[in-house]
Amino acid sequence: MSAGALPVLAAVGESGRSVLSPSGVEIVFLLVAVVVLGAAILCVTSRHLVHAALYLVVALGGLAVEYLLLTAEFIAWVQVLIYLGSVVVLLLFGLMLTRAPIGPSPDADSRNKPVALVVALAAAATLVTLVVDAFRTTWIDLSTPHGRSDALGESLFRTWVLPFEALSVLLLAALVGAIVISRARRDDSEEGRR
Amino acid sequence: MHLVHPATLAVLLFCVGLYGVLARRNTVLVLMSVELMLAAVSLNLVAFDVWLADELHSGQVFTLFLIALAAAEIGIGLAIVLLVYRRRGTVALDRLRALRDGPGADEAAEAAGPTDAAARPTAIDAARGQETTTP
Amino acid sequence: MDLLDVTLRVVAVLVAFLVLPLLVGQAEHKVMAHMQGRVGPMHAGGFHGWAQLVADGVKFAQKEDTVPAGADRRIFQLAPAVALVPYCVVLVAIPLGPGGLVGQVIDAGVFFVLAVLGIGILGQLMGGWASNNKYSLLGGMRTAAQLMAYELPLILAAASVVMAAGTLSLTGILDGFQWWWVPWQLVGAFVFFTAGIAELHRPPFDAPIAPEEIVFGAFTEYSGLRFALFLLAEYAGIVVISALTAVLFFGGWHGPFPDQLGWLWMLLKTGALCFLVIWARVAWPRLRADQIQKFAWTVLVPLALAQIALTGVVKVVIS
Repeated sequence: MSAGALPVLAAVGESGRSVLSPSGVEIVFLLVAVVVLGAAILCVTSRHLVHAALYLVVALGGLAVEYLLLTAEFIAWVQVLIYLGSVVVLLLFGLMLTRAPIGPSPDADSRNKPVALVVALAAAATLVTLVVDAFRTTWIDLSTPHGRSDALGESLFRTWVLPFEALSVLLLAALVGAIVISRARRDDSEEGRR
Repeated sequence: MHLVHPATLAVLLFCVGLYGVLARRNTVLVLMSVELMLAAVSLNLVAFDVWLADELHSGQVFTLFLIALAAAEIGIGLAIVLLVYRRRGTVALDRLRALRDGPGADEAAEAAGPTDAAARPTAIDAARGQETTTP
Repeated sequence: MDLLDVTLRVVAVLVAFLVLPLLVGQAEHKVMAHMQGRVGPMHAGGFHGWAQLVADGVKFAQKEDTVPAGADRRIFQLAPAVALVPYCVVLVAIPLGPGGLVGQVIDAGVFFVLAVLGIGILGQLMGGWASNNKYSLLGGMRTAAQLMAYELPLILAAASVVMAAGTLSLTGILDGFQWWWVPWQLVGAFVFFTAGIAELHRPPFDAPIAPEEIVFGAFTEYSGLRFALFLLAEYAGIVVISALTAVLFFGGWHGPFPDQLGWLWMLLKTGALCFLVIWARVAWPRLRADQIQKFAWTVLVPLALAQIALTGVVKVVIS
């Protein structure tokens, strides 16, 4: 965050707003951002498999708080409901079924860690420079909430109803696919389970 | 709020996820890193939607779609991972190389090689086809 | 003034959170006993053993708080808190009476409540995995599977009410409530309440904790205060699910003289539903894990979908 903020320290918005005098919302946003990033980094580096999943919970929960700060209330609750309530539970379920041990697993990371680090750092440097340069003088107006459920529902079911229907078909396909995959066929199943 | 804050957070989160996808060996951990990348994209969409105060809420609606897609992806992904685990007794990505090209394909289990998420579909086909490595 | 207001609301929610689950627990002792031809606790506190749970609490606090060898210490100790706190947070959004008698009005209240409720399950999963015990792990996995199965009918049934009321806010739903919503949404109420009981692992859906079978599942290794916290989470969950059912399907504070007695109707409806939860424990034997799954997917989900279809049809006809 600090690396991203440095070049814009001098930038002053059109109405005299400056990075040097952040508003309360901005301070909270940055603090939560630090938590999210820290949890995310622990999530991808932890050698404890289940700890990694729990750090993911922290990161995604922190993101929900960021959505709240951006006044996208509905998205925030959907994020908590789907990600924390279902996706992470599924991931934990998967970890338990694949026998995640208590304690560190030495084989959690592959050998191309240095390459991955270089790629990630290069991508981060490029993208941060780009983003900071592009939006140096851009400010979000948070005075009117943008993302109340009624407004969102209206546009979802008026403008975006066709993609919505397409998505429901896709979800059905995913459901059927998951059932077909997890249902091992009797004839070639090694364990003879259903 | 300065738009740079959410945008930078999204970028950094995406790169953390990218690192995870490239560096992790356990398939479930790779799926988790993919979730981080998707979440970063969602944050970007929401931030820009709020910035533009879009009448149609395109960014937020797309985020909703993205969350649903992520849930579907995790469902399918875990089903595949569990099937692979049942067949092979491992979820390490670099051991699932039954469809590897070239000589020494059968001994590929010993050789640690390039790892990426693309190894995942390989694993199902391998599970369907011949059983080269038994757990 | 603003600060005082906020403090008062927080304190009120905390008091409700600490008192109501204990009342339900005590009621369970006595109701179960009388249904089984016993008298239940009679000594603690004098009059009909009213202080039994206080005594239990003192006992739990005195016990040694053990962590099994080989367990994941931090996660093991964190799990009860993760299981308990969401229920406290949910209480903030549940309206007790008309005219702002609610901790905090939340625009997407139904979503908020369901979302936060889902987090509590994580606590049991964490405890089940971190205990380093096969029974606990089994309990944790059953918990996860059960949550996955029952989350869907729970949300579908709530969505039906949301469609009927045309708002996601809990206070908004109550403001728009009409008496004939009760028969209209009765199937939804059944689905929601049943799925809620199943999410709490109350009998007859208690395969994940089944004491005779997998020795309390995720809680096997817990003792002392941390075990008490898990128990408190269970009873707080009963209160929350009952209160939510009362708000969504039975009109919450609606009744005679709602302005003066609204809170009483809300508490009475919640109490009656809590009684049903206790009754279900005495009346039915435990379902097997596979029967629980089958019940969710073949009974509750179709019923919830039928309810949504009915809601949609009626909504179109009357508008």
